[in-house]
Amino acid sequence: MATLIVSPSPHVHSGDSVSKNMYNVVIALLPAYLVSLYFFGLGALVVSLVSMVSCVLFEYLIQRFVFKGKTTVWNGSALLTGMLLSFNLPSNLPWWMVVIGAFVAIGIGKMTFGGLGNNIFNPALVGRVFLLVSFPAAMTTWPVPTPFSLHYTDAETGATVLAMLKGGFGELPSHIDMMVGNMGGSLGEVSAVALIIGGIYLMIRKVITWHIPVSILLTVAVFTGILHACNPAEFASPLVHLLSGGLMLGAFFMATDYVTSPMTHRGQLIFGFGIGVITVVIRTWGAYPEGVSFAILIMNAVTPLINTYVKPRRFGEKVKK
Amino acid sequence: MKKLESTFVNMTVVLTLFALVAAGALGAVYSVTEEPIAMAQVAKQQEAIKVVLPDFTELSEADTVNGLAVYKAYNGGSFVGAAVESQETGFNGPIRVMVGFDADGTIVNYSVLEQKETPGLGTKMVDWFKGEKADIRGMNPADANIAVTKDGGDVDAITAATISSRAFLRCVNAAYAAFSEANGAAAKSDAVSGATAQTDSQAAAQDTINVEPIDSAAVNAAAQSEK
Amino acid sequence: MNYIKPFLNGLVKENPTFVIMLGMCPTLATTTSALNGMGMGVATMFVLICSNVVISLIKNIVPDKVRIPVYVVVIATFVTIVDLVMQAYVPSLYAALGLFIPLIVVNCIVLGRAESFAAKNNALASMMDGAGIGLGFTCSLTIVGIVREILGTGKVFSFSLFPEEYGMLLFILAPGAFIVLGYMMALFNRFLKDRGK
Repeated sequence: MATLIVSPSPHVHSGDSVSKNMYNVVIALLPAYLVSLYFFGLGALVVSLVSMVSCVLFEYLIQRFVFKGKTTVWNGSALLTGMLLSFNLPSNLPWWMVVIGAFVAIGIGKMTFGGLGNNIFNPALVGRVFLLVSFPAAMTTWPVPTPFSLHYTDAETGATVLAMLKGGFGELPSHIDMMVGNMGGSLGEVSAVALIIGGIYLMIRKVITWHIPVSILLTVAVFTGILHACNPAEFASPLVHLLSGGLMLGAFFMATDYVTSPMTHRGQLIFGFGIGVITVVIRTWGAYPEGVSFAILIMNAVTPLINTYVKPRRFGEKVKK
Repeated sequence: MKKLESTFVNMTVVLTLFALVAAGALGAVYSVTEEPIAMAQVAKQQEAIKVVLPDFTELSEADTVNGLAVYKAYNGGSFVGAAVESQETGFNGPIRVMVGFDADGTIVNYSVLEQKETPGLGTKMVDWFKGEKADIRGMNPADANIAVTKDGGDVDAITAATISSRAFLRCVNAAYAAFSEANGAAAKSDAVSGATAQTDSQAAAQDTINVEPIDSAAVNAAAQSEK
Repeated sequence: MNYIKPFLNGLVKENPTFVIMLGMCPTLATTTSALNGMGMGVATMFVLICSNVVISLIKNIVPDKVRIPVYVVVIATFVTIVDLVMQAYVPSLYAALGLFIPLIVVNCIVLGRAESFAAKNNALASMMDGAGIGLGFTCSLTIVGIVREILGTGKVFSFSLFPEEYGMLLFILAPGAFIVLGYMMALFNRFLKDRGK
């Protein structure tokens, strides 16, 4: 018997769907992916494939055997989580650690809360932070970029720009190298240019709006600018901060996750501001050299509060003067 | 039995009574456990000293040199080395290390007494500097450069924990400074016999006394120049 | 009167950690290894049994209005005794738990049982209640400790199951305590629910 579905207006469908948005994000990540394949070679390929395959597999297994319901693995969200997770990992990470990270991302970060749409925290970042705290040594030794490298776990290692700043040693790469991605780092975070191209693509396709990325980047630039102006010897310039670490990846791809970011534009600006401030505070005074993932997770937790206080204006309501 | 009424007198009497009984019981337990507790604490420190020094029969009381406690060890009257308790600020808080030197100033062993470093990274210092990758035992700070290789030294830092490694090595160097000051400059050449070591330590004690007037004079001078 | 019932009650149906969720602070803080969790559990159990017995014996000579201060004095006395004895005779366990032993005084399980059980029942029943709740607490702490120790270091009671470099450090740190406790609670209540059907 056919059921009649009654739903409130509007009835016109925009053609937007979960899977369409997800695959758009995957396309936007491709430039950065190609750059990482160039600089980190085989390691980047192995880590990213293991991460994507295991995320999709864990999502299928949990939906099929724990929830005993319909599986929705093909909407691309697990694939995207896997891709973003691998972008946040060093390319010489042993494969079994990647599998653990994927399990935590999908199992603990997403499915425990009830699956897509119910998770409080960005699953890929939950996986990354879990690995960072659990395997600190492996997660903080990054391979040196070598074009078309055929090394995986035996790659030559070096420090990231932020670790150099924190530890006060080593010579920083030039700004051009930092733009292109010719520096140590997690496999998808190194190339600022490729990530900005991807971000702009997402904005043109209206998958994301400018509010979150711009507010994050602006906050970081202004905050580090003030610190740098006070004491250039101790604090790095804003440009170094913008181009190093996971800031670009975080601002365009991680913080803008629909489920875990505020709904209104005003809320998104507050959200981005918070991420920017926490990132700089952790980078400058915290125990870890990089703070973007912690900052995003902390602001994820604040999102319900922002949504409570910053509500969309009801249609037809007068703006108070 | 009927419950006591909550009158003022009843409440006062009952509370006082219970406080007295409790105090008595605690006093009794305290007097029984006082000695074992003190012994356990001394044993812990003695254990650390024993680990870091060559065999010895007597141990001197703690001397304070440069603000660090130095324990000198003698075997049948001859000076065999000293243990120095050294402290530095690490990545997350204070690091306290007991470092043992033999009579020549060669590092015998060390024992980390307290540290709050990142688990899995800085905490590895407990064994790292006795391990295959970086063994400071047998090094003499007089001719080896006790610093991480990144800073041009001879010791490999703990993987991904350079700051903790630096703090640890600063501890070792501070301990060596206190050790050599306690033994005088001659420690390296002829500190073998107990008698020499003792005169050395007397000389060192005089040194520290001599230092004070100079310091206070400098302070006075500084104070005057400010006026 | 049946003395087995209060004992079993505390062990499963009113398990302090997984069901009534009391004493979360020591549960989270001391379960970094199976042995530490068990040590804390046993210390709490000792205090719980002693204070339950004493409070049920004195319940009639204590005026109602000062009963809470008197109970606290009784509990604090036993806690201090545990503290001193542990410091004197098992210094290594004291080094791991030292900070949390004095906090047994404010553990809501102890005062909670004094008020809700010992003050209304005779000494023997109160002792069984203290033993049951204490054992329930000890078991839960040991289980959480075992899970965290295995996942975090690959060992259980310091017996190595797999090489330590495969251990996930997070589980012996604070976030691991919350994650493990949450999943254990879910499993335990799922088990109780299935049994209840």
